[in-house]
Amino acid sequence: MAIEDRNIVLHVNDVHKTFGGLHALADIDLAVEEGKTHAIIGPNGAGKSTLLNVIVGRLAPTKGAVVFDGDVLTGKKPYEINQMGVARVFQTPEIFPELSVLHNVMAPAFAKRDGAFKLNMWQLLRGEKDVQDEAEHILEDVGLIARRDDHAGSLSRGDKRRMELAMCLIQHPRLLLLDEPTAGMSRHDTNTTIELLQKIKQRGMTKVIIEHDMHVVFSLADKISVLAGGRIISEGAPDEVRNDPKVQVAYLGGAEE
Amino acid sequence: MFGLDAKDTRFLLIVMFLTLATPVLLQPFPETSSLAQFNAGYPDLMQRFAIFGIFAIGFNILFGLTGYLSFGHAAFLGVGSYSVVWMYKLLDYNVLPGLILAVVVSGLFAVVIGFISLRRSGIYFSILTLAFAQMSYNLAYSVLTPITNGETGLQVYSNDPQVLLTEAGPHLPHLFGLVMSDATRVRLGDWVFTFNFGYYFTAIIAIIVFYISLRIFRSPFGMILRAIKSNRTRLDYAGINTKPYMLAAFVVSGMYAGLAGGLLAAMDPLAGAERMQWTASGEVVLMTILGGAGTLLGPVLGAAFIKYFENIFSKINEGVLHTWFGWLPDGLEDFIITIVHPFVGEGWHLTLGLLFVLVVVFLPGGMIEGLNRIAGLFNKKSEKSEEAQDSKSDARESQPAE
Amino acid sequence: MDAILLQILNGLDKGSAYALIALGLTLIFGTLGVVNFAHGALFMIGAFCAVTMQRLLGLSYQVIDETQKDFLGNPLTVNVSYMEGWFGPEIGQAIVDWSVPLAILLAIPVMALVGFAMERGLIKHFYRRPHAEQILVTFGLAIVLQEIIKHFFGANPIPAGAPDVFAGSFDFGALIGLGGGSIIYPYWRMVYFLFSVAVIGGVFAFLQYTTFGMVVRAGMADRDTVGHLGINIDRRFTIMFGLAAAVAGMAGVMYAPILSPNYHMGMDFLVLSFVVVVVGGMGSLPGAVLAGFLLGILQSFASMNEVKSIIPGIDQVIIYLVAIVILLARPRGLLGRAGVMEN
Repeated sequence: MAIEDRNIVLHVNDVHKTFGGLHALADIDLAVEEGKTHAIIGPNGAGKSTLLNVIVGRLAPTKGAVVFDGDVLTGKKPYEINQMGVARVFQTPEIFPELSVLHNVMAPAFAKRDGAFKLNMWQLLRGEKDVQDEAEHILEDVGLIARRDDHAGSLSRGDKRRMELAMCLIQHPRLLLLDEPTAGMSRHDTNTTIELLQKIKQRGMTKVIIEHDMHVVFSLADKISVLAGGRIISEGAPDEVRNDPKVQVAYLGGAEE
Repeated sequence: MFGLDAKDTRFLLIVMFLTLATPVLLQPFPETSSLAQFNAGYPDLMQRFAIFGIFAIGFNILFGLTGYLSFGHAAFLGVGSYSVVWMYKLLDYNVLPGLILAVVVSGLFAVVIGFISLRRSGIYFSILTLAFAQMSYNLAYSVLTPITNGETGLQVYSNDPQVLLTEAGPHLPHLFGLVMSDATRVRLGDWVFTFNFGYYFTAIIAIIVFYISLRIFRSPFGMILRAIKSNRTRLDYAGINTKPYMLAAFVVSGMYAGLAGGLLAAMDPLAGAERMQWTASGEVVLMTILGGAGTLLGPVLGAAFIKYFENIFSKINEGVLHTWFGWLPDGLEDFIITIVHPFVGEGWHLTLGLLFVLVVVFLPGGMIEGLNRIAGLFNKKSEKSEEAQDSKSDARESQPAE
Repeated sequence: MDAILLQILNGLDKGSAYALIALGLTLIFGTLGVVNFAHGALFMIGAFCAVTMQRLLGLSYQVIDETQKDFLGNPLTVNVSYMEGWFGPEIGQAIVDWSVPLAILLAIPVMALVGFAMERGLIKHFYRRPHAEQILVTFGLAIVLQEIIKHFFGANPIPAGAPDVFAGSFDFGALIGLGGGSIIYPYWRMVYFLFSVAVIGGVFAFLQYTTFGMVVRAGMADRDTVGHLGINIDRRFTIMFGLAAAVAGMAGVMYAPILSPNYHMGMDFLVLSFVVVVVGGMGSLPGAVLAGFLLGILQSFASMNEVKSIIPGIDQVIIYLVAIVILLARPRGLLGRAGVMEN
């Protein structure tokens, strides 16, 4: 592979995943370059979410391994993977609905600063000015600062997603995984999110993004892998992929939303 | 003050004042009035308020913050009591070594029980804790009799070593010579107030542990416990290893329970296995939910409320009812007494049961939610902005979430 | 051999009671999603149905019997029960004697009514509420029911005897050729076991072979979908609650001769029944029955002197120990489905 000599952060090596007799993923090889946005697209049921779950350790691959920055991720617990610098935004917002927006963002910050466990019973939250300032700063970035004291459960779906993004950003992850970050969003919210993601890109954060919305993909991606039937059928820069006849067949044959 | 913000400091000062003034506040009726029945300012009951308050505060750190419902906390209560009585038997009647041992031993028990039980969540966790507590209870009654003295209960006998006991030393539970049962009675007109050392000892400990729980609630640790209750999976993906957090919360709340059990034996030098029975575990669950799980003061209110009921309502017998309603015409008097009688005295459980039902149906956030609603009514008239908002969000926070 | 058989038999009656209560608990949990702490109280009320029936049938009126004289030579006043007055002495006495089994006729409508009233009046408001609140409200209800019974029947246990025919014991040893007297088993416990097998079989058959039962089973598996089909699942679930109450009640009626009914017997059985339900697997009906019998029999084995001499105190903790081991080894109990009550 030509990209071998460049700085590869995430390597998916020959990953297979079968459920019963069903091949959800086969022969998956991915190499994600540092600082780049790598999009994984494909029709429904192509195995995109399965792949993401394998990367974050939620599912164990039947064969193959996922290597992040020289360490094998396979078999590690979710919190260990996060501690290594991999953060994730879920397809349906996973947040702490009963906590305030500010606390939602502060919790991951403590994980970043104090590690997976710290017996900090005696420390008071109000003494954690640094963490709070940073959380407020990031909430400003995502446009939620006005709602910092509201219960996160009361946010709109789009706001929840942006808050979840803030929860990841505060950890300054080396790799950010986004599972359909704009699904179910209005056009306006989608555009705001794209702007936000472009802003992060300028900071040089590596991202893997799974997306249905081609507008989003082509606005953000440096490289695209097209998944169909559990295999990668095409890979390359956005323009190359756009013009690949195989991709067009897969999309016409598949059920695009 | 104490590192807290202005609101919490004010709150803590109010709690301190209420606790220290309890012997006066709970004695509102003159000795001669027929309502003196409702006075709760006597040492034994006030000690129970403080001790079960501690028990419930500790339980709330686990249940209120993390949502994990333990049905076996009575085991730690029992372990605490046995520890204190054993220190009486081996050393002397000074309560301090016993209380320290109670906290340490219950902490160790909690490490073991918590480590195993926390491998499961939801009702499976509840049943595991219940199973451990019931095993402790059954064993305390049977094969562990050499340690627990079985059905008789553990107590001090004259042939016990008591190596530190001197002839002059108090032969009753004391703290460096200050005897727990010492009390001063002050008469003011028709009012009689009892100031008892044992109560003040437990009250000061209660204030200290309340302060600790306040700090835990306001700490990053407390925030992470709330996040566990809210969405444990998300926390995993945010890089938090939730297991040690849960275990720490379990052990802290077990130590609170052990302290409470130790204090029970510090007030009355006895320890029995019935303190470990599931009904005792159930009681602290009810106290916490009744008062308001997840709120700071709720569990204390719930504990005081149930203990008040147990001690005051159960003492209202038919004779007392006759003195109350004696002024009514005979037929009406008998009629009212017939109606009221099943609910008081022996029947106090019935009233308690009805109250549980009513509270859960109408006040899911417990008594604290009730108080907040009342406060909300008053605030609405003057300024409905900040405080009402505050009480509303408080009430929401206090809802035991799933 | 005979000792082992005896312990199995001894475990059967307690196991039957656990299984019946756990079955009802699981029905309610599986259909309504409600953790019912008042279920033990239903068992207890059932037992008091037996007491009530015994008292009702024993009611008597006074007649002056001219043939008998007291020591002053006046005609003697004797009590004659209505049953004897109506049906003649022989049949009448038989009816009084059989009051416990006959109490089932009283218990079914009474318990079904209590069940309907509970569900419509209180429980239905708690379907979507957290389990902690369900536990508190049903616990409160259990206390209320318990106190009502205590108010009417007092705090002391009231014996309710089995019919005379079943008074003796069954020489099981002689029957299977292990020697007479080696395995003695009271008839009534045998009856109780057979009765519970019949009730359990009835409930399963009802769920398996009737349309009603099919809908309920579908509802247990996926309530929302069944609701969307336009089937009034709530009404059926109300009926299921009545059925579960009736099962608990019948279990209580027939248990009365084994354990004299007292007002707190429900609570005593409830805790163990919960352990049984969880060991069997929340929401699994066969699991509840299996675990009920299993734990009943294990408990009976653990109380053998031979076992106790090897592991002292084992009889006191066996059920809980088994529960812990099973829950750690099989997170969802013996036959539980994934995802039930995890949060």
